Amino acid sequence: MVTEEQVDQVIAEILGSYRKDRKNLVPLLQAVQTKLGYLPKEAMKGIASFLEMPEVDVWGVATFYNQFRFVPLGKYHTVVCMGTACHLAGGRLILEALERELDIKVGETAEDGNFSLERVACIGCCMLAPVIIIKDKIHPKITPFKVEEALIPYKHEAQSEKS
Amino acid sequence: MTFEEISNKAKSEWEALQKGNYILVGTATCGRAAGALDVVDAFGKELKRRGLEVPIIQVGCMELCYAEPLVTISKPDSLRVVYNNVTPEIVPRLVAGYVAGDDPCLELALGTLEGGDEEAVYIPELPRYERELRLILRRCGYIDPESMNDYIANGGYSGLEKALKISPDEIIVELKKSGLRGRGGAGFPTHRKWEQCRKAKGTPKYVICNADEGDPGAFMDRVVLESDPHQVIEGMTIAGYAVGAEQGYVYVRAEYPLAIERVRIALKQAAEFGFLGDNVMGSGFAFHIEIAAGAGAFVSGEATALVAAMEGRRSEPRIRPPRLAEAGLWNKPTLLNNVKTFAYVPSIIERGAEWFASNGTEGSKGTAVFALAGKVVNSGLAEVPMGTTLRQLVYDIGGGIVKDRQFKAVQIGGPSGGCLPEALLDIPIDYDSLREAGSMMGSGGIIIMDEDNCMVDAARFFLDFSARESCGKCTMCRLGTLQMLHILEDITAGRGKMEDIDLVLALAEDVKAGSLCGLGKTAPNPVLTTLRYFRDEYEAHIQEKFCPAKVCTELIVYYILPDRCDRACEHCVLTCPTEAIKGGKGEVKIIDQEKCSKCGTCLEVCPPEYNAVVKLSPVSSLPSPELPKRRSKK
Repeated sequence: MVTEEQVDQVIAEILGSYRKDRKNLVPLLQAVQTKLGYLPKEAMKGIASFLEMPEVDVWGVATFYNQFRFVPLGKYHTVVCMGTACHLAGGRLILEALERELDIKVGETAEDGNFSLERVACIGCCMLAPVIIIKDKIHPKITPFKVEEALIPYKHEAQSEKS
Repeated sequence: MTFEEISNKAKSEWEALQKGNYILVGTATCGRAAGALDVVDAFGKELKRRGLEVPIIQVGCMELCYAEPLVTISKPDSLRVVYNNVTPEIVPRLVAGYVAGDDPCLELALGTLEGGDEEAVYIPELPRYERELRLILRRCGYIDPESMNDYIANGGYSGLEKALKISPDEIIVELKKSGLRGRGGAGFPTHRKWEQCRKAKGTPKYVICNADEGDPGAFMDRVVLESDPHQVIEGMTIAGYAVGAEQGYVYVRAEYPLAIERVRIALKQAAEFGFLGDNVMGSGFAFHIEIAAGAGAFVSGEATALVAAMEGRRSEPRIRPPRLAEAGLWNKPTLLNNVKTFAYVPSIIERGAEWFASNGTEGSKGTAVFALAGKVVNSGLAEVPMGTTLRQLVYDIGGGIVKDRQFKAVQIGGPSGGCLPEALLDIPIDYDSLREAGSMMGSGGIIIMDEDNCMVDAARFFLDFSARESCGKCTMCRLGTLQMLHILEDITAGRGKMEDIDLVLALAEDVKAGSLCGLGKTAPNPVLTTLRYFRDEYEAHIQEKFCPAKVCTELIVYYILPDRCDRACEHCVLTCPTEAIKGGKGEVKIIDQEKCSKCGTCLEVCPPEYNAVVKLSPVSSLPSPELPKRRSKK
């Protein structure tokens, strides 16, 4: 979690380079998320007062689009592709295997902050289906069995850093 | 400098490049996913180690996704050779063999780009190229998308140069003669949109390029932007001149960071050359282009919803009329076209409408670009003349079905399209034939399904997508798609009733009638076409609790054949994630159906010499002692 001071600082930095115009709402939200990894409530309030619009409208727009997140991502952010090619190659079983192995549901971040799990509609490398991405690395032609294997190095790393 | 001088300089630089050795590596997103950047690094290191100075040029996509990473080694006095599935490990061999030496390493090659070597595959003679016709993909994979010179040397910006010398009306007439229709999917005649926007009163006017390609399994627009971005910018600039706009926007989805980056570079270069800006090519016409990054909403592909997104609102469509041409972005006249539509424009102006219209069919001119994926051997992109049949696309270009399985269906147009059976494979691909068959051209995503895919499950998948992506404005779309989804979920779980089929058909009609935009109007298409062509699969699920493709997990069980199971082997026992398999060393393994999550790991790990694990459907076909006592509660 980022602190309130950090949020204030980031917001101040970002707002400085945008004009007070409703059309900048989505770019502002994108800039905050790029910096912080998610959209803290305080940041959205800051944007609302900057653009002089109701907070609820900022919330309405932010929750509308798939890109925006409201909880911090895990250290090992895991993305499972649920596009058509991946689905036909067993994508749903992969998602179930990830939920089982990580012990979190899709859209959640584990309590220890290590893993988070997200589903996306298509990452566009259909020839490698089914595909998952762990910490920006693509794992092609994955199977439920290989999911377990793919996670081992990251679980080890998380474990060794803890001790 | 005049355009002629710029063009001559670019051409002489291009020719100078051809006089030496160079290496092309495809590093579009799909190449990167397959490890192309590691290959670039490996070439860099190996060339440095040997003290060779050979340019490594990162190009876009050659459309042969199945063969990525792709590398082309070009030598002035020898054949250009293309290598497929290149790994960093084989790079030293390629450098020693063909960059430094004269051994083309044909055993590692996909083929050559010139004929002459009888032992090599001559790529232009591969069956797929007999069918293909590359108009907007012709430079993709051959030029550096980050080089303005490469584009100009290969004919770029001469369309704009010509356009600025004729009147806007003449451009629109040329478009009309060409018969170009919008490549976003609906196929609206392009010249009509341009004409409406030109005639509309009010200033300023805007030109928007729709690059919000949200259809899962479709990536043509991404490839065009990543491999040859200048042709889209050139097309937009011609559009700006024709309709009288000074400002353009490329609306790209944020999920395409590389496309955004390459468009950004191209825009900067075009401005530096004076091809964008306050005085385009010295003509006095002013045109600027900015990028707007979409935040991820499938519905934003709809024109009025896209405009709402650009204005900083929820991306919800509105009633038309007024059309965007009259009241678009900030209520000003706006021209909105798809990436590919703009990409065709420079060539049409440069080579003339007749040239473009000489390809294709009566009602659909030119070519169409498709992304082939699913159970097809050669997944990737293809550009074919309109009128090519689906069979030619699947078999000649796609190379048929993987592992020689039985073809079942081809799904065109993503969540808005339909699933067509074998019997319709010979219909020509054009806007009108596809619509008649209950599908649509859509953006161009084509998914091939084989006997291992369940059509009810496929329809459920697309509905799930549409229901999630419905913006919620229209009740029928928001709730109707969800109700339809619930019914399909019941059917795939074995809880369906025969009257559900009529109910889902009635709901489908209501969703179509009660939705404002294309998302809702077309969301029922996957269900309607699977019911039209694969009704027997629905009936099997409902009446026999039987999934013919053995996909729907609640209608299947895994079973270990006792007489095939090797008692000494414990692969399945050790790997089962839910510890559902009983039986130690020396015993026949048995699956505890209560614990089984149906992930299929046991089937995957059972050694092929035993092949002891099978999927059974319906559940009742399981030999009786192993029948689960009660089905898990849902």
